[in-house]
Amino acid sequence: MNENLENINPKLYKKLDDREITVEEQDEDVADEFDAREVFDIIRNINDPEHPLTLEELNVVEQDLIEVDDKKNRVDVKFTPTIPHCSMATLIGLSIRVQLLRALPARFKVSVEISPGTHVSEAAVNKQLADKERVAAALENAMLLGVINQCLAPKN
Amino acid sequence: MFIVAMGTLELKQSLTGHRGRVWSVGWHPKGTNLASCGEDKTIIIWGLEGAKWVTKMILTEGHSRTIRELAWSPCGSYIASASFDATTAVWDKKSGQFECNATLEGHENEVKSVSWSTSGELLATCSRDKSVWVWEVNNKLASDDEYECAAVINAHTQDVKKVRWHPREEILASASYDNTVKIFKEDAADSDWSCVASMSSHASTVWSLSWDKTGDRIATCSDDKTVKIWREYKPGNDMGVATPNNESVWKCVCTLSGYHTRTIYDIDWCKTTGLLVTACGDDIIRIFKEDSDCDPHQASFTMVCSVDSAHAQDVNCVQWNPTIPGQLASASDDSTVKIWFYNE
Repeated sequence: MNENLENINPKLYKKLDDREITVEEQDEDVADEFDAREVFDIIRNINDPEHPLTLEELNVVEQDLIEVDDKKNRVDVKFTPTIPHCSMATLIGLSIRVQLLRALPARFKVSVEISPGTHVSEAAVNKQLADKERVAAALENAMLLGVINQCLAPKN
Repeated sequence: MFIVAMGTLELKQSLTGHRGRVWSVGWHPKGTNLASCGEDKTIIIWGLEGAKWVTKMILTEGHSRTIRELAWSPCGSYIASASFDATTAVWDKKSGQFECNATLEGHENEVKSVSWSTSGELLATCSRDKSVWVWEVNNKLASDDEYECAAVINAHTQDVKKVRWHPREEILASASYDNTVKIFKEDAADSDWSCVASMSSHASTVWSLSWDKTGDRIATCSDDKTVKIWREYKPGNDMGVATPNNESVWKCVCTLSGYHTRTIYDIDWCKTTGLLVTACGDDIIRIFKEDSDCDPHQASFTMVCSVDSAHAQDVNCVQWNPTIPGQLASASDDSTVKIWFYNE
């Protein structure tokens, strides 16, 4: 590990067990709405940009901080940076956003925000993550997209 | 008691051809053609064949990244396009087909908006680099067109989202991520462009703005989910509004709140009917009409139309046809451009 890490010893959290697939979910005739647990499963294994750990293991994302309203096409995710000065907050938010954009149907309006009171630049980071024009421009930046794809790549 | 006469917005045609998000549409000044642009780095020019809108031309290879906005020159012979690749391209049809014969460079990063002055002699661009540029257009000669940078204005503190010229005079308005709208004018004495007014009231990014027919008022729309109407008070105005520095003061005379549920990405004030239309992140197109008997210093507008799911995703741009009252074009993240007609 390199010595430039901002948060050298992050606290680790226990992972959730795998979701049990119900009989109803396997029935193709039953409309299966998205819920917080499914959205959590989409983002829990995103890698932290500095640590060889997932966002779930660092408690950056939690199922309880996800709100889904399938009928209204809304997904609201709050994430908690590991430290209040985390300079990676925008990158982490962007990774969550990109993962959800790729995984969810286009009808969903996705909002990704910092959990209130957990980051010094909360308002500025939230504003940037909510600006779809700036997000689109960022994703056209090959270098940044490479970093994001690294966070999103599943580990073996 | 008010009785609100609701109008209807009728979908005339849905135009497909773009791949990915469509950011902007622009009517030819005669209202006969429409151009659109977006994420796929192309400009499509649409025209009528009989009663159907069809693709007339596809312009490619002018930009290496997203084309954020386009604008027809007032004469209709040029199209300027603003791109995330930090350049603005100017297309002309001197060869018979539209070709990119000039590329304006200078912005440090994404160009967000482009606008021609009414005379066609000035072009304005703005960028995420926080600056607004004014270009002088020299295309009177038969030789190659020239575009010379006349001013770089650094009045905003953040990403500038939109520039729009006054409908008659060489006065420029810009809207920004810094939540303000600013007005720029050239100082006759030293031919320096400077900020002569700043409008603060929106609580978040101002995405777009539109002048009314006379240029006395501006409508703005924002990430704060409101529309605001601003009115110019010139030095010596009858209302006794103080005008320090002997410059006009712009005051917010109306706020439309509670109508939009998400970010409002665009607004257009029809120069013929006076109707306001908005493009919203909740997929809805809404139309507002000014109340006939309202106090001009405390204006009031009524929503006369709201189309749910006008598009399947965010509506990014709306523009009234400049010659056919009631005709409207919209662009969306859902890859489509739509043509509508508003009936009172």
